[in-house]
Amino acid sequence: MAHSAGLFLVDRIMLVTIHEDINDSDIVELQDQLAVKVHAKGARGIVIDISALDIVDTFVGRIIAQLAGIGSILDAPTFVVGMRPAVAMTLVELGMTLPDVRTARSLGHALAQLRDSPTIG
Amino acid sequence: MPWHSCAILQPLDDPWPPASAVLFHRQPILTESDVVLGRQAVGRAMAEVGAREVRRIRLVTAVSEIFRNALRYGGGGEAVIFLDRVTKAVLVECRDNGPGIEDTALAMRDGYTSGKGLGMGLGGAQRLTDAFELHSRPNEGTRVRMMSRA
Repeated sequence: MAHSAGLFLVDRIMLVTIHEDINDSDIVELQDQLAVKVHAKGARGIVIDISALDIVDTFVGRIIAQLAGIGSILDAPTFVVGMRPAVAMTLVELGMTLPDVRTARSLGHALAQLRDSPTIG
Repeated sequence: MPWHSCAILQPLDDPWPPASAVLFHRQPILTESDVVLGRQAVGRAMAEVGAREVRRIRLVTAVSEIFRNALRYGGGGEAVIFLDRVTKAVLVECRDNGPGIEDTALAMRDGYTSGKGLGMGLGGAQRLTDAFELHSRPNEGTRVRMMSRA
């Protein structure tokens, strides 16, 4: 998972970065580390930053949905930031509406929402 | 080879590739990195014919689905990318020598999956392109041809 994804704890919020070359084996490790860290650090929320991705296909869409699922079970609402409008339009046409995932226009916006609404989600 | 099953929802014009098209890039699809290299090449081809961002992202997303399928279900394959400056279009063929698809019409339906995927890939890829043809022969492989205009 060395460079294809990153996990950072910022003010009790888990920041997840996904890069373009993420693959199947990285995902398992990422899910595992995310679950462990969210639990161990008592994270209040998860923010997935996809601004490094040129596109989101169903493979990456599934990763986002699964990470959000882990967050939901561990009571950590999940936001996606960095999605460009053209990517969002394409995702909808693919049939991926990501119902359990909240999107925020920027990292700051997501962090502010998580801070201001501890009961969100 | 004679194809066993095909799903042609938006037919391509004959012949393939079109007379005015030129070869842009050949990409073996044998690893996850090849999938990324292949879709990056498709993105450059779309930029070359002057496509706007949303058009480029639509085709790049479609080929990403198809290249991943070739790798995951077809055991790898090859993508061939053509550029048509006359019609301002990019044409992509992806072939694998995998187990093939018994019922291509069924495979095109949203929600259908033979494995661990979401079952959105083929139908989604077809919706994101201007022409899409899927041909397959069980035990011999699958061939997808796609075209998008800038």
